[in-house]
Amino acid sequence: MLKSEIISKLNVICISLFFILISGCAPGEKTGKPAITVWHWMTDREQAFQELAKQYEAQAGIRVDFELYAPSDAYSQKVRAAAQGENLPDIFGILGEKRDFASFIKAGHILDLTPYMDELGGEWRNRFFSKALSVNEFSIGNSYTVKPGIYGAPIDIMTIQMLYNKDLFKELGLNPGRPPVTFQEFLDIGKKIKAANMQGLVSGWGEIWMIDCFANNYAFNIMGQDKVLATIRGKVPYTDPGWIQTLRLFKEMQDSGVLASGLVTMINKTAEQLFANGRAVFAFNGSWCVNVYKGMNPNLNYAAILPPQASDKYPMAIWGGAGSSFMVNARSQNKEEAVKFLRWITDRNQQAYLAQATNNLPANKDSLSKIPTVLTQFADDMEHATHPSIWGVSEYPAVIEAFDKGIQSIIIGEKTPEQVAAEVQRIKERELAKRR
Amino acid sequence: MRLKSTLENYLFVLPAVLIFVIFYVIPFIWVFQLGLYDWDGILPTKVFVGLENFKEIFFEDKIWWQSMWNVGYITLIALTFQNLLAFLLAWACDREMRLKNFYRLVFFIPPVLSEVVVGLVWQWILDGNYGLLNNWLAHLGFLNLARNWLSDPKTALTTVAIVHSWKGFGWGFLIFLAGLQTIPRELYEAARVDGANAWQCFKKITIPLMIPVIVLVAILTVLGTMQAFVLIIAMTGGGPAYHTQVPVLRILASMRGSSRFGYACAQGISFGLILVIISFIQYRFSRRYRQV
Repeated sequence: MLKSEIISKLNVICISLFFILISGCAPGEKTGKPAITVWHWMTDREQAFQELAKQYEAQAGIRVDFELYAPSDAYSQKVRAAAQGENLPDIFGILGEKRDFASFIKAGHILDLTPYMDELGGEWRNRFFSKALSVNEFSIGNSYTVKPGIYGAPIDIMTIQMLYNKDLFKELGLNPGRPPVTFQEFLDIGKKIKAANMQGLVSGWGEIWMIDCFANNYAFNIMGQDKVLATIRGKVPYTDPGWIQTLRLFKEMQDSGVLASGLVTMINKTAEQLFANGRAVFAFNGSWCVNVYKGMNPNLNYAAILPPQASDKYPMAIWGGAGSSFMVNARSQNKEEAVKFLRWITDRNQQAYLAQATNNLPANKDSLSKIPTVLTQFADDMEHATHPSIWGVSEYPAVIEAFDKGIQSIIIGEKTPEQVAAEVQRIKERELAKRR
Repeated sequence: MRLKSTLENYLFVLPAVLIFVIFYVIPFIWVFQLGLYDWDGILPTKVFVGLENFKEIFFEDKIWWQSMWNVGYITLIALTFQNLLAFLLAWACDREMRLKNFYRLVFFIPPVLSEVVVGLVWQWILDGNYGLLNNWLAHLGFLNLARNWLSDPKTALTTVAIVHSWKGFGWGFLIFLAGLQTIPRELYEAARVDGANAWQCFKKITIPLMIPVIVLVAILTVLGTMQAFVLIIAMTGGGPAYHTQVPVLRILASMRGSSRFGYACAQGISFGLILVIISFIQYRFSRRYRQV
């Protein structure tokens, strides 16, 4: 009897605890004060964002909650999970390819900002560098079948270029005012680097998108934009001599000694540390690195250059355009307030503040006045910038992976450029066949 | 009365059963269902493709099978090197020796450390340019042995396997130690009285009585190691090329890199099935050993 009573009481306690646990999963109550929630991944800008949030609240009476989710992988995962649960915040960014951006739009998660951009004679639209806006734009007849329009507001621009350490140049007996212009000059410096037992080019080539960026730059330089895009469309094979020449550049770089040891498993953070600490002669990195290097080593003596040209036939291209962009949740109950905040944060003063506080290039054309010299070197080469997001076509992910991993195989001496080209083409044909 | 007692018992386990169903059974069914679709994880519409994803995994995806091979290699190193080390250290700590408790504490530190921290620290130690290991080798006069341990395709996988074993041996050590402590001391005393030496005691008493524990540790090692992921991401990211790719990384690549959620779900189900088959084989093997 006593045992039975104890069991009954325990059952009641357990069931009660269970329901208390379940009720803890319920959403919280909303407070009365209007608030906008912004999700981002930019650790270096968190402080600046919080300061701007305070300023906006003081001006407009609207609280802005910036929530940081880092690293960027974790942020991406969070955004995707929230999209599936339809509980995205008022403002967020999308990391990934244009096809992912298109999927978010087609799923109804992102507000079309075109009407707002066109107001007052296009005042908001005209603030931005055209290449920054085009990353957030879907043109008429785009291959993603997205309704044409502008779906995001850039908050900064970036380019990804080569950097070199001027002090290490002097140690190698080179003129720091005369960086390499041609690919052959770059390889020749590689021989000097190898002889001096130094580390050459560092970059996050363990993260394959960075190899993709570097390779695409040279693909544009060797074959021209039209042929590269024709390859993506399936009209030109990857076994074309132009692609094999592009792949061969990596073998030449490895053989010359210009690539740092361990590059194929290096993450970008490690590459940044090595270059900032004066342990690498060259780096391949984006303009965000200016802030990063300043934090790691304010005395670093370096400059940004275009990647040395491998061909005179076509211009060298670099990836650039919008660095980070914010989008408005189309299902947000605070849509209008979110748009107003986006308009405010992309205004001249706020962009100038962000540029100075975080050493990132502003997306607003009128905010370029007070930026460090090395950052202007990044901005000056904007005319060479292109980006997969503005090409109108996307390569299949399996092909991109095979291409970039293939380059890693070339660097470690496992495969030849011809073998990699054949393998990539095989995967391309498989993907094309699936979709016919 | 009997019905009331039965109902009370079911009520008692109901919360646990509900949690199991909600967080394990339903997601499993849902993941299997998603594996039958082509879906990017964002759009509300999914395209039913039946078993096409599974067909691609088993017959076309070479990288998937390379990742299975890689994780099989890491598991083999864990089953041999890791468990042998754990057993020997547990056997050493089971004896009467000085600082026994200190050693027991130290040997259990690696498993409780964060895998990301372990991966990053070992990455620094093994760095080809500035790593401690190459530095020590140079000082000891073995500069010719120095290499880029994590970027060289000849050494990357074995290096990762050894670090994984270092991280994981503590669990086996603990279980082996507990098992050794259950062996009655009188058996050893009786054997010594009969003239048995240390090796004979080990061979005829320790090993046979430890077989159930060895089998348990082997099962846990295989299941745990096959799902290796965090350490690989922290140390090599799956590179160079595909030399340290493992199945969980492939699933992640399908999900995020390729935006193929349906395919990633199919990979997850396939991988789970493979683990179940391996566990079943191990279980049958362990039953036969126990009978012997």
